[in-house]
Amino acid sequence: MSTDPHKTPYTPSALEFKSSTFSVPVLVLTSDDLIAVEQQLQDKIGLAPEFFRNSPLIIDLQEINKKGYDIDVAELTEVLRNSGLLPIGIRGGNVQQNEQALDLLIPVYSIHNVGASAETQERKTITPAPEPETDAADNISTTLITQPVRSGQRVYSSGDLIILAQVSAGAEIMAEGNIHVYSTLRGRALAGVQGDTEARIFCSDLQAELISIAGNYKISEDLDETVRKKPVQIYLQNHTLIIKDIV
Amino acid sequence: MARIIVVTSGKGGVGKTTTSAAIAMGLAKKGHKTAVIDFDVGLRNLDLIMGCERRVVYDFVNVINGEASLNQALIRDKNCNQLYILPASQTRDKDALNQEGVGKILDELKKDFKYIVCDSPAGIEKGAHLAMYFADDAFVVTNPEVSSVRDSDRMLGILASKSRRAEQNEEPIKEYLLLSRYSPDRVRLGEMLSVDDVQEILSLHLLGVIPESKSVLNASNSGMPIILDEKSDAGQAYADIVARYLGEDKPHRFIEDKKGFFGKLFGSK
Ligand SMILES: Nc1ncnc2c1ncn2[C@@H]1O[C@H](COP(=O)(O)OP(=O)(O)OP(=O)(O)O)[C@@H](O)[C@H]1O
Ligand SMILES: [Mg+2]
Repeated sequence: MSTDPHKTPYTPSALEFKSSTFSVPVLVLTSDDLIAVEQQLQDKIGLAPEFFRNSPLIIDLQEINKKGYDIDVAELTEVLRNSGLLPIGIRGGNVQQNEQALDLLIPVYSIHNVGASAETQERKTITPAPEPETDAADNISTTLITQPVRSGQRVYSSGDLIILAQVSAGAEIMAEGNIHVYSTLRGRALAGVQGDTEARIFCSDLQAELISIAGNYKISEDLDETVRKKPVQIYLQNHTLIIKDIV
Repeated sequence: MARIIVVTSGKGGVGKTTTSAAIAMGLAKKGHKTAVIDFDVGLRNLDLIMGCERRVVYDFVNVINGEASLNQALIRDKNCNQLYILPASQTRDKDALNQEGVGKILDELKKDFKYIVCDSPAGIEKGAHLAMYFADDAFVVTNPEVSSVRDSDRMLGILASKSRRAEQNEEPIKEYLLLSRYSPDRVRLGEMLSVDDVQEILSLHLLGVIPESKSVLNASNSGMPIILDEKSDAGQAYADIVARYLGEDKPHRFIEDKKGFFGKLFGSK
């Protein structure tokens, strides 16, 4: 007695359009040297491979075009896809680049309608939803999290990251700036993921699986017993991670 | 207002179905009209634990597909007329369930029932997702061992980010810890995590500790939810859990080992 939609007089609606805002990382290109682009991309991805795997991405060509360089969008897309990224849009391109993008079924966005960035400026309180923040240089915001970050969850902040609850083993927290955890840190914490060597990690109970600042990391095994389960700050000095009590 | 309770864990074999049957019976025996749904399509065994496997005509998937009405599929429990069971299908695969269909059935049940208990399958895939998606309360069943605790933590993350309440920015699901198959002797020997260890890792409200007990196997072999065995320690633990859930203040039991427990009992009297 399965229902056949062609026979029933009343057909329930099968779809609905809704408007939603998503945060998607934007890749701002500053060089037309695809080899260099690929190399540097690999370096960045190496810092947080899980985070970038199959990540959607908007390509921003504004800087390149300002400098009068040109780039082959098809080749660029190829490089990105080979690196495991999924370009879902392009902005700041010229007519020819936009056409090339559309041929590749990549939508073209205007630089002005990068919606809602004014609203997202304000400080956010979110439950852990592992969505990347918009990576506009003028929109460096602090992300505040009040719920535990559980095993399997990931949080990324394009600015500082403040967490008022525990971070479980098997969770991963990442920030381009500093990380503060006002509870037990058991998962993986990566600060300065875009290379900021000044970034620091603070936590009130260090039991992390991994800590990293700008790619310099220590795993749980390497943690000294004198700092384990202590409130500490972690920073970089001459490419070495320093872990110090905060009293 | 009806409340939907999901009994979930991530890890398999920790006691979800045992718990679902026990608390559904406990709530019903307190006079609340309760339905218990088996979400474990393909592996149904809630009906065995409830002792109604020979009365199954229609199942959850039949109702979703419009092949039977909810009233045709619901089985009234033989021990308690406030309790109804919606069995899973044994012949379909897991993809037979879908979010819209489940949502419709739950909405219909909510009109008539006070509590709807959803027995989740193991894992974090579709079946477990559907079982928790519409929940108001989550009973997270955990065994005192590292892998079970880790899976529970994982499930808690999913409850907090992927449920209907999370998606619609409503008040989050209320989460409760049920620490099951607990054996104070083995904790003392260092073979199991203690209540405190688990609490520290999960930081979750403890609804109760259920001891490891032979009576559980006997009860499920005879198709009687363990809570009906009022003499058994596990049965009493579930009765406490139902009472606490309903707001009664009951001190925790079954945390100390037997000697300690009796010692305490005699000492305090
Ligand atoms: N407190 C207990 N003491 C002793 N045995 C128990 C206890 N709780 C459950 N068991 C036993 O553990 C086994 C698994 O229990 P159950 O089927 O309830 O787990 P489940 O989480 O529903 O499993 P699945 O993930 O396969 O659905 C059964 O054999 C059951 O009898
Ligand atoms: Mg089960």
